[in-house]
Amino acid sequence: MRLPRMTTITSLSLPAAALLLSLPARAYQFPVAMQAPVTSVGREIYDLNTIINWICAGLFLLVFVPMVYALWHHRKSIGHPPHHFHENPRLEALWTVVPFIILIGIAIPTTAVVVDMKDTSKPDMTIKITGRQWKWEYEYLGQEVKFISSLATSRDQVNNKAPKSEHYLLEVDKPLVVPTGQKVRLVFTAADVIHAWWVPALGVKQDAIPGFIRDAWFKIDQPGTYRGQCAELCGVDHGYMPIVVEAVAPEKFAAWMGQQKTQLAEAKAAASKEYALPELVAMGQKVYTANCVSCHQANGQGLPPAFPPLNGSKVVTGTTAGHLDVVFHGRPGTPMPAFGPQLSDLDIAAVVTYERNSWNNKTGNSVQPREVAALRNK
Amino acid sequence: MEAVLNDHASHHEDHPRGLMRWLTTTNHKDIGSLYLWFSLLMFFFAGALAMLIRAELFQPGIQIVQPNVFNQLTTMHGLIMIFGAIMPALTGFANWQIPLMIGAPDMAFPRMNNWSFWLLPVAAILLSTSFLVPGGAAAGGWTMYPPLYIQGGISYDMTILAIHIMGLSSIMGAINIIVTILNLRAPGMTLMKMPLFVWTWLITAFLLVAVMPVLASVVTMLLTDRHFGTHFFNAAGGGDPVMYQHIFWTFGHPEVYIMILPAFGIISTIIPTFARKKLFGYTSMVYAVAAIAGLSFMVWAHHMFTTGMPVAGQLYFMYATMLISVPTGVKVFNWVATLWRGSISFETPMLFALAFVCLFTIGGFSGLVVSIVPVDIQLQDTYYVVAHFHYVLFSGSAMAIMGGIYYWLPKWTGHMYDEFWGRVHFWLTAIAFNITFFPMHFLGLAGMPRRIPDYALQFADLNRLESLGSFVLGASQLIFLYVVVKCIRGGARAGDRPWEGADTLEWTLPSPPPYHSFTVAPAIK
Amino acid sequence: MAEQAHYYVPPPSPWPIVGSVGILSLAGGFILLLDKVAAGPYVMALGAAILIYMLYGWFGSVIREDRAGKLEGQVDTSYRWGMMWFIFSEVMFFGGFFGALFYARVFTLPYLETAADLIWPGFTAHWPTAGPGLPEPFTPMHAWGIPALNTLILLTSGATVTWAHWGLKRGRRRQAEIGLIATVALGVLFICLQAYEYSEAAFSLKTGIYGATFYMLTGFHGLHVTLGAIMLTVITFRVFAGHFTPESHFGFEAASWYWHFVDVVWLLLFVFVYWL
Repeated sequence: MRLPRMTTITSLSLPAAALLLSLPARAYQFPVAMQAPVTSVGREIYDLNTIINWICAGLFLLVFVPMVYALWHHRKSIGHPPHHFHENPRLEALWTVVPFIILIGIAIPTTAVVVDMKDTSKPDMTIKITGRQWKWEYEYLGQEVKFISSLATSRDQVNNKAPKSEHYLLEVDKPLVVPTGQKVRLVFTAADVIHAWWVPALGVKQDAIPGFIRDAWFKIDQPGTYRGQCAELCGVDHGYMPIVVEAVAPEKFAAWMGQQKTQLAEAKAAASKEYALPELVAMGQKVYTANCVSCHQANGQGLPPAFPPLNGSKVVTGTTAGHLDVVFHGRPGTPMPAFGPQLSDLDIAAVVTYERNSWNNKTGNSVQPREVAALRNK
Repeated sequence: MEAVLNDHASHHEDHPRGLMRWLTTTNHKDIGSLYLWFSLLMFFFAGALAMLIRAELFQPGIQIVQPNVFNQLTTMHGLIMIFGAIMPALTGFANWQIPLMIGAPDMAFPRMNNWSFWLLPVAAILLSTSFLVPGGAAAGGWTMYPPLYIQGGISYDMTILAIHIMGLSSIMGAINIIVTILNLRAPGMTLMKMPLFVWTWLITAFLLVAVMPVLASVVTMLLTDRHFGTHFFNAAGGGDPVMYQHIFWTFGHPEVYIMILPAFGIISTIIPTFARKKLFGYTSMVYAVAAIAGLSFMVWAHHMFTTGMPVAGQLYFMYATMLISVPTGVKVFNWVATLWRGSISFETPMLFALAFVCLFTIGGFSGLVVSIVPVDIQLQDTYYVVAHFHYVLFSGSAMAIMGGIYYWLPKWTGHMYDEFWGRVHFWLTAIAFNITFFPMHFLGLAGMPRRIPDYALQFADLNRLESLGSFVLGASQLIFLYVVVKCIRGGARAGDRPWEGADTLEWTLPSPPPYHSFTVAPAIK
Repeated sequence: MAEQAHYYVPPPSPWPIVGSVGILSLAGGFILLLDKVAAGPYVMALGAAILIYMLYGWFGSVIREDRAGKLEGQVDTSYRWGMMWFIFSEVMFFGGFFGALFYARVFTLPYLETAADLIWPGFTAHWPTAGPGLPEPFTPMHAWGIPALNTLILLTSGATVTWAHWGLKRGRRRQAEIGLIATVALGVLFICLQAYEYSEAAFSLKTGIYGATFYMLTGFHGLHVTLGAIMLTVITFRVFAGHFTPESHFGFEAASWYWHFVDVVWLLLFVFVYWL
């Protein structure tokens, strides 16, 4: 029985060694541990995980060192006779009570962290985060600044037609910018299905539930860029819904906020202008690539039947009003979202015009931003 | 198995031959074999889906399947493994073993027993053909959370109906098992003299009867939300998507124990046999199983910590969940104490049992880690969770099932299995399993969410390693198939009691046992 | 347990596999119907027909076995246990829907109210409600009209079935027959009143969480009353046919247990769905 002797030990030591390896060493390059936390809650979570891993490792050895000893010394092949003993009330009470006490030991510090984590009172600012299929919308409450943040990695990279960038799948067009050293309260909701906003370094993961409000908070110590992604299965592009948080010093944040407000005013002015067809098509293509390709595809063929083609579609080649209505209000009960609340008047006008004049669709007509504004004000 | 059973179907058997035998059978052994074969088929089907998943995850970028297909694969892999592979396999053991172990002539309701099985292929047809309908199979995850699940096409309805049918099958099967155990024990076999495997199944069957109807109710609500305009899970109508999760996990958490308790029973049978020693603490093992089952009804929301429940809710569910580790610990300690000062040998079933104790414990520890709310906030819906439940479901349930098959094959077929290939199967499975799933702990800690077809570059190396491990793991299961088929077709005669340390009733019968085993009830001292 | 050796194991039976074919056809047809394929209703009807044929054949065998005295002693005990656990599973099925009702009223509505300032302007938690996004007002069902009458009817039917049972146990077949006919009649009356109430209702299945919980709970209950009434009808015929003796009449008892279960569910419905 040479085979089992040797291999039993391997089978036991392998996972044991691996478990030890899983203990979070503070080496952040090699992905075996949690990401380096940058908030107080994040650090508390990190330390709790470390402590519990050590306790588990200790208990593991406590159980399996005797087991391996028995497997080695109490083998039949070396003629060890069975000793017929069973039931020992004292021992059994011991191994029931001791784990219970250990659990109480774990529960006490954990309770404090839970209470701290859930304490969203007295924030310095509040940001409303809305999950949409498949992008995040950020609104600085009380500031009128609101924007959509979506994946910046190109489809070519995903389809292996271009080299993958450094932050492949973890980069967005517009990051969430927050000040350091301030308590930021986040309120979450969703427009369609459940999403989960997760940035590991901040120690925040919260489901965004359509129709309901949930909240969480963080206070970042040092400036930096922190990346995460959606953590709740939300449909076909669940894996392409990253989050980037840029923490900057408060004065830089104020400047950024001022800049946002100017841009908003400019965009408002731009929306009142009249645009030529080619101009709208050019702008529309960008909007389409950012918002529509994952379902309707770059060639407009869609992925029927869930995602119908736009090329040759009756809606797209029909009246402008009907087409605009579907894009603006969405199709309830299908994955087609309402883009009205997500995109600016100009963007909607541009993307509708683009769809009407691309692939085999040659309507030759355009939609102007003021028409979208009229629909919005209805 | 057919050939063998026909071989020994002696003169007093009068059952139809060929296909009609299997379609109309009321014999617990036939039905047990049907369950086990069905389970093996589903195991390979869902395993093939897993191979595709791992092939896609072999490197970053989209190579093999598009994201929508990827989501179908993960969803169906989960559903089929749970409802098609693990649960039917354990029910197969129940059918074969419970009447043998308690000295009963058959199951209490032999005809209903047949229907319990033959509903499963109906459900399997609905699930497997759902890949072929427009839009492909359901892609909303095996948990079927709304509102995402409301968005899908026809295959989503097929999945819901399949779940209804599997639920019907499970409820009938469970009632049959409960009544058999309570009413058909041989004279003198008191409850506290029953083999532990029978005890675990009694408690499991109770859990099944209690929670499968709850699952049926909640997927019915999904169906009416999808087609009849109800607003159970839609805030606009005063419903709540989180309500679905609460009701689902009221089923779902006991379901976890439905898949592990009979595995505990198998392990608690194998270890004493090969340690040649009685189980250390039979009574405390029974109480531990009962305690785990009782607690399973009180902890469901630990699957939902990130939904954002009030602090009191989070604390309650955390404390209750942590408590489960006490009875689970009792079981592990008991197994180790059973080994202590035994006379241990290492046949294939024992190897699986020892690996179970070790690897299931790792799954238990990672379970303790994710019961801690703040840590769970980081780990929920990451690969850490994937690692955790594969440690309890694969190296827990599935490896216990494999061990159980090796253990009882000699009894069922009358032949010894091929020990060499059995061990090869074990070592390849155990090693490849760890290579596949252990690094997932790291990925989860490092921030890789589950259910994504594509991932950031820092996760690439570990994913490649896992994929390689999984291919070996998948391929080694073909050895399992080979050993099982070979054993059925022939091999050394097993004798009535091939394991000298085995002491339950089935070993008093010939191998294979006669078609109707205990026509006269054995007396139990 | 002494009679172990004589435990009746039925011979191979075609009914289960017929049932599986029926279920496949019923479920498949229903799926097609839901997704608006024209063949759906026909496939479904075929499935239902096969299932009815199966139930007829299967229960027919059971009745024959019963008449042949094969289901006595230990087998009888099995049937009793089996029926009890079946009813328990039904309790849990209703438990899921009651759970939805309680969760919505106790947790969901207050949560929605806290989201009033950001998502649902002006919404306050109250019951009954169709939710914050469905504005149309509706009149909920009142407890003290037909529902109260229905409560009385079901309670009376519980009493008549027990009276019938007494009759059977004392060998007074006439009393059993009258009691059963009265029970079935009351059951049918209940279903008719329920149908009338539905037709008069000022809200539908689509009226938010109130409409959903109301119709699903009362609807599934109504379905169970119908099933119970069918069972009792079969039992009535069997009493007329003289299938039961004062000592052995489990078929009767099983149907009456089921009837009492349906009765208890109604009381909960009356309190939590209609009244409170």
